[in-house]
Amino acid sequence: MKRDETKSHISIRNLNVFYGDDHALKNINLDIPDRKITAIIGPSGCGKTTLLKSLNRLLDANGGVRIDGQILVDGEDIYGKQAEVTHIRKKMGLLSQKPQVLPMSIYDNIAYGPRIHGQRKKKQLDAIVEHYLKVAGLWEEVRGRLHQPASRLSVGQQQRLCLARGLAVEPEIILGDEPTSALDPQSSQNVERTLVELKEDYTVVVVTHILRQARRIADYIVFLFLGELVEHGQAAEVFADPWDPRTRAYLKGEIS
Amino acid sequence: MNNPLSDGRLRRRKWIEGFFKILMVGSTALVIGSLLLIIGTIIWKGLPALSLSMVTQTPKGGYYLGKEGGILNAIVGSLYLALGATAIALLFSLPIVLYLNFYARRNSKTAVITRFAFDVLWGIPSIVYGAFGFVLMVFFGLRASLLAGTITVALLELPIMSRAIDEVMRLVPKELEEASYSLGATRFETAVKVVLKQCLPGILTAGLIAFGRGIGDAASVLFTAGFTDRVPTSLLQPAATLPLAIFFQLGTPFPEVRDRAYASAAVLTLIILLISLVSRGLVKKFTKHIIK
Repeated sequence: MKRDETKSHISIRNLNVFYGDDHALKNINLDIPDRKITAIIGPSGCGKTTLLKSLNRLLDANGGVRIDGQILVDGEDIYGKQAEVTHIRKKMGLLSQKPQVLPMSIYDNIAYGPRIHGQRKKKQLDAIVEHYLKVAGLWEEVRGRLHQPASRLSVGQQQRLCLARGLAVEPEIILGDEPTSALDPQSSQNVERTLVELKEDYTVVVVTHILRQARRIADYIVFLFLGELVEHGQAAEVFADPWDPRTRAYLKGEIS
Repeated sequence: MNNPLSDGRLRRRKWIEGFFKILMVGSTALVIGSLLLIIGTIIWKGLPALSLSMVTQTPKGGYYLGKEGGILNAIVGSLYLALGATAIALLFSLPIVLYLNFYARRNSKTAVITRFAFDVLWGIPSIVYGAFGFVLMVFFGLRASLLAGTITVALLELPIMSRAIDEVMRLVPKELEEASYSLGATRFETAVKVVLKQCLPGILTAGLIAFGRGIGDAASVLFTAGFTDRVPTSLLQPAATLPLAIFFQLGTPFPEVRDRAYASAAVLTLIILLISLVSRGLVKKFTKHIIK
């Protein structure tokens, strides 16, 4: 398959998000490239997670928030009247800060998604579970105890299980909200490596507060500051030569 | 360093620390002590009358409520009533609580009013439920019966159970719901397949609290379930209950029958104890997958 370098997967147009009177995201316009790792960076409270959660509409799941603007995924406006929210979310796997396994067995955690989307055949489910556990690099560790509670896994294993679970619903996009922040260095490295492998087939968007992580894995950088999109571009260019003084200050560690 | 002022202050703080510790330990001991005292008294007073026939036979022996025979009528009546009422209450509690937590917006008017209503209902004395049940009964042309009693007790249990489940459900981390949503699950799928599973121990406990309240309540069944010497064989027959059996037995002038009241109380306590133990075991079994 020929890769189109400039093709964008998600287009954000005039996005504004308000929590009550708090203007959390200010007129964001952004194209997120297809099958690349995009890292959203910026100081705490700058709206990184808000931006990420607006992509799969988790933001409006809880009420108390007003969202203006458009987000186009494959040309479909996910905030449009026609949009089907479960369908949108199925397109995107989410890795949260703290891995959230479901209160069921390892097997059922992965089979949960496929099951609600209609897969009932045991043989198929077995294959799905095995395949995605392998992709997430967890298969060898858990193959003998698939029916044990997922909550007994270590945090690092749980995060990889969450990744496998997200992939099992066959998304196109993987969203990560500081996916390594609760993990030990070894597990973090595992997750990072897997994300880099996955960009062959998926568009990856990661929020991170670890600059070195962004340098290691990102192809594209989005820098937010106080709800504003300050700078975005190819990672190499942004890191080498940021044009905005705020980006420069952040990269130097002067604001955090 | 050896500032006498700070020395005095330190002693004072230590004294306060010690005083409140004694207060806490004392209060705890008081609770455990009263529990043991209550159980002890009931067993001590009831033991002479407690026999196998007490739990296997219906009242016999001529005198009011019987000097002989047993209280099988009240045991079976109470179990029917409390189990039925708890089942009905659960059937209505779950949808209410799921609605409050998944569909009504947090702190929306509906949610606030509903929770307030439950708090008020919780506080209404059971005799008022009894009176209300009686009015309902008359309205529907029912006699005092197992059915009328069960419905009244279910009404009594509903707010207790709903609020207890609601409290547990509010503690479920938002992120757990988000994990399910992000896989494309609907609210309903998330509620039933993830949140109910996570709340199962809490639901069981709520059921137990409601059951205990239902089986132990006398006032609500006084007019609605009636009383009889026989084990009910239909929903439309009156049903005896343990609290009322105790009430009537204690009210007789015969010491032998009054002893039987304590035996009945011991049986009632035992039933609640047994059910607590069984559900403890069940909770253990169900908590296997719970996310802590």
